[in-house]
Amino acid sequence: MGLDFSILPAYADILWKGTLWTIALTVLSMFFSLAGGVVFAVLQLNRHAIIRWPVAGFAWLFMGTPLLLQLFLIYFGLVQIGLDLNAFVAGVIALSLHFAVYNSEIIRSAIVAVDKGQYEAARSLGLSQFQAMRKAIVPQAVANVTPALGNMMIALLKESALVSVIGVMELTLSAQRAISDSFRPFEFYIAAGAIYYVLNLGLEQAVRVAERRSAQYR
Amino acid sequence: MDFALIGRIWPFFAEAAWVTIEVSMLAIILGLILGFAAALASLSRNVLLRWPARAYVSVFRGTPALIQLFLLYFGGPQIGIHLGPFEAGVIGLGINIGAYMCETIRGAILSVDKGQTEAGRCLGLGQTQVMRRVILPQAARMMVRPLGVNAIALIKGSAIVSTISVLELSYTAHRYISSTYKPFEMFILASIFYLAIVTVFSFGVKKIDERVALES
Repeated sequence: MGLDFSILPAYADILWKGTLWTIALTVLSMFFSLAGGVVFAVLQLNRHAIIRWPVAGFAWLFMGTPLLLQLFLIYFGLVQIGLDLNAFVAGVIALSLHFAVYNSEIIRSAIVAVDKGQYEAARSLGLSQFQAMRKAIVPQAVANVTPALGNMMIALLKESALVSVIGVMELTLSAQRAISDSFRPFEFYIAAGAIYYVLNLGLEQAVRVAERRSAQYR
Repeated sequence: MDFALIGRIWPFFAEAAWVTIEVSMLAIILGLILGFAAALASLSRNVLLRWPARAYVSVFRGTPALIQLFLLYFGGPQIGIHLGPFEAGVIGLGINIGAYMCETIRGAILSVDKGQTEAGRCLGLGQTQVMRRVILPQAARMMVRPLGVNAIALIKGSAIVSTISVLELSYTAHRYISSTYKPFEMFILASIFYLAIVTVFSFGVKKIDERVALES
């Protein structure tokens, strides 16, 4: 069977919808993984071991196991405890938790990396505790953290393809639906790959802008 | 937690863990070969070498590994490439991680001081000799750990070959979740094997790193 890319336009609609779902999935998971990353990082810097240890154990487990396995756990596990969420919600939860753990490692080391003298200097200039944090520490930590977090977000976009296995109709599963109708896997996986590539380029551009913006605080 | 069930089925997971190890190690070897070749090609002055290497890295790092795997396994037959699940898994994962390893190796080579090349050339060494005897030994020291990070990401990423029915850890976990409805037990069981593999592998990388650092 030869290749025939002229079949693609007939399925433009399903691919377009899949692309929109991939974007929605990625943007939501980015937001929650960053928020979760901050929360985990702060918890891991807590003075009390009772708070630190469970978070560290969870992080260790999630950093040492595949996202696909975590996806199975969350999708089937939530059903078992009586929470029959739809696949999209389960996908967002799994992607967010998985990347929140990685983000928290980055954020934690960035907070620790800001020199203590910065805080002391801000305090001796008359800034309050909160002001010192907001005006001196956080901007510098953000500048340190942006390139690494940007890489994580780029990884998240590509890993989002995995949620197709639990039945989320995003780009990968949309391509599969088109294939089961047309019997042309090569053409549709090339098309899906091209769309992911373009999304990836756009995201890389956005990350570069964010890096430049945050670098001024360094 | 159903420990009786875990006690009964863990041997199947152990067997599947071997498949995960086999797929991962073969893919890592393929990735290292491809990554090394692509890194040298991308640093070449010859456009015919440099350009394809840059394109390889850009395309395979810019798209999901899952799509690459499906393209190879399901789309391959359309262009005359017929592979079994295991072969497709190894080749698909290997090509993907090779692109990441290329960037790691390239970075390590570029981080060696330019003066080293110049000094080597002044001493009368040819370009290949400089690369082989001066640059690469120094770059090797810097690439062991980051390549280890790439490899560990691959071991975890190898779970995706379960989608083309390679009977490895994640496939086995999924199958038992469907037949027993015990997702937590299966997750824990598969996690133990993944964590064991990753821990042993990290230890190996650390040992190699110490050895290489000692030599140079």
